[in-house]
Amino acid sequence: MSKFQFPESIKSRPVYGTLEPRPGKAHLMIADAEGAEAILDLAAQDASLMAHAHIIYIPKGTDFGDKLRALNPAQYYEGPSYDASVQRLRHVLANAHQGLQVYLTGTEGLMGQAQNEAMQAGIPHTSIQTEHRGSVARRMQCVHCKGITEDVMTDPFVCSHCGLNLFVRDHYSRRLAAYQGVCIDAEDPGNVPEPKELYT
Amino acid sequence: MTIQFNEETFRDDYSFYNSDWAIKRFPFPFHEDSYMYSVNMEQHRGGPKGSVYEMRFDVDEHYVSEMRDRAMVLADDPLRCQSLPHMTLAGWDLLELIMVSKSEDYPDLFELHRDGNQWRWINKPLGIDDTFTFMDETTLPYGPMEYITRQAQGDFCVLDQRDEMLWMDAGMVTTQADWSLDFDIGMNFFEWHAPVPLAHEMGIFKRALKFLLNIQQGAPARRLNWTMTVNPLLDTSPENYHKWGIQKTTLTPENIGSKQHLRVELQSFFRLPRSNALVFPIRCYLCSFQDLMTVPKWGRRLHRVVRDLPVELATYKGFIDNRPMMLDYLEQFDDGLPTSRGVFPDLETEPPLTKA
Repeated sequence: MSKFQFPESIKSRPVYGTLEPRPGKAHLMIADAEGAEAILDLAAQDASLMAHAHIIYIPKGTDFGDKLRALNPAQYYEGPSYDASVQRLRHVLANAHQGLQVYLTGTEGLMGQAQNEAMQAGIPHTSIQTEHRGSVARRMQCVHCKGITEDVMTDPFVCSHCGLNLFVRDHYSRRLAAYQGVCIDAEDPGNVPEPKELYT
Repeated sequence: MTIQFNEETFRDDYSFYNSDWAIKRFPFPFHEDSYMYSVNMEQHRGGPKGSVYEMRFDVDEHYVSEMRDRAMVLADDPLRCQSLPHMTLAGWDLLELIMVSKSEDYPDLFELHRDGNQWRWINKPLGIDDTFTFMDETTLPYGPMEYITRQAQGDFCVLDQRDEMLWMDAGMVTTQADWSLDFDIGMNFFEWHAPVPLAHEMGIFKRALKFLLNIQQGAPARRLNWTMTVNPLLDTSPENYHKWGIQKTTLTPENIGSKQHLRVELQSFFRLPRSNALVFPIRCYLCSFQDLMTVPKWGRRLHRVVRDLPVELATYKGFIDNRPMMLDYLEQFDDGLPTSRGVFPDLETEPPLTKA
């Protein structure tokens, strides 16, 4: 099973749900990797969504593409990376009409970034459905250099931009679609604990 | 009274100092011998003459040097001042509030001359004399919020109010107790306070939000908050934590009296008239332990508060490692005598220290 139960945390940390079919004129579904399984579950609940669905999918090395295509969505796009899909995503959101339902599923980084695009297009974050699937990796912003490190799996980790050793906070910014990373050895330079896999 | 402005720094050689006047009016934050979170809100309608509570925006001897420090922080990191696009009107509201307040409260230092939308602003301590068109951004060198908060001590958060919630949608934040405007901008009240321990469970933020949502024009409120800072460093930002964090380890029993500072925030809240936003000035006052100890009541009380503070709070406020050394120092100034209620020094009525 690709679902993970995140521990209780602070109030800025996003909470994800389970995608459910909602009435709408159009359905925009954005997923990466195992997020495909949540879309398959959604289609199993209400196959009629697909006639008005646009699926944007980033496989990240998984092979769910054929199964998603077999759902016969009105539009299907498979991209090599989230970044590669962003222009398309913005275009779709800019041309969206009232009654659009947005479904986001997969990794936190994918959901956070796509949610941010939808918010900038005027869709309140509270009306966007999300479901976490697959990797629990985090998208981290270094509070010092402001650089983003994608797919962080350990705490602490090394900022991919400035090289500082950062600890992983649960404090989360929707605007940046990232958690905050803060220097772990500022008060004792060089004393960096052995990196530990997140949630272990 | 004419203020003598100190020539001082809040970095490098740390030449910051408090005069006797500044020590006696320091906003000591503990009204009793212990501390726990509370909403502790009161009306901001003046206070004892000469106290930091008297004026709407207190101006003191640190004004000119603090504004110089702010300009340096902004030059290094312009992201310390940000305003989301819908907040410009609130910026004008804030500019008006500060200009009107300062020119009325300190007529010898500030002048505002208004002829319709043509405004002339004179700031004598900073040597500014600008004429501009109110509500026309092109007539100021910065946006309205940035323009006026480069001339006002303390950080400023401008909070939008919608959906029965407050949103951190603009701010000037260069003297903060370790939080990032750049990270928190756009968050709601509960989200930006998320890292604070215990207070959520105590219902503090729900009550505070309810209070703040109902603040009316002309009826501002205020409260105090506090933390500890080693060296009189205004810019204790997370952005620069990898640079200043090490300073916490430089305390010794010999230098703690002069290096360790109690950092107090005078927080106030004003409703803004056109935008219905709420402005939340966070004014930082610093005082070294050795200066605080010149007031016997504060010496006794600070020892008791620091000694009895829950571990979570001492950790969150960042001084858990230094607490034992602080207590060794402070203990010398606590002779066990009772203290009078309230925050003021009560120098005439409180007994001198009876401990050698």
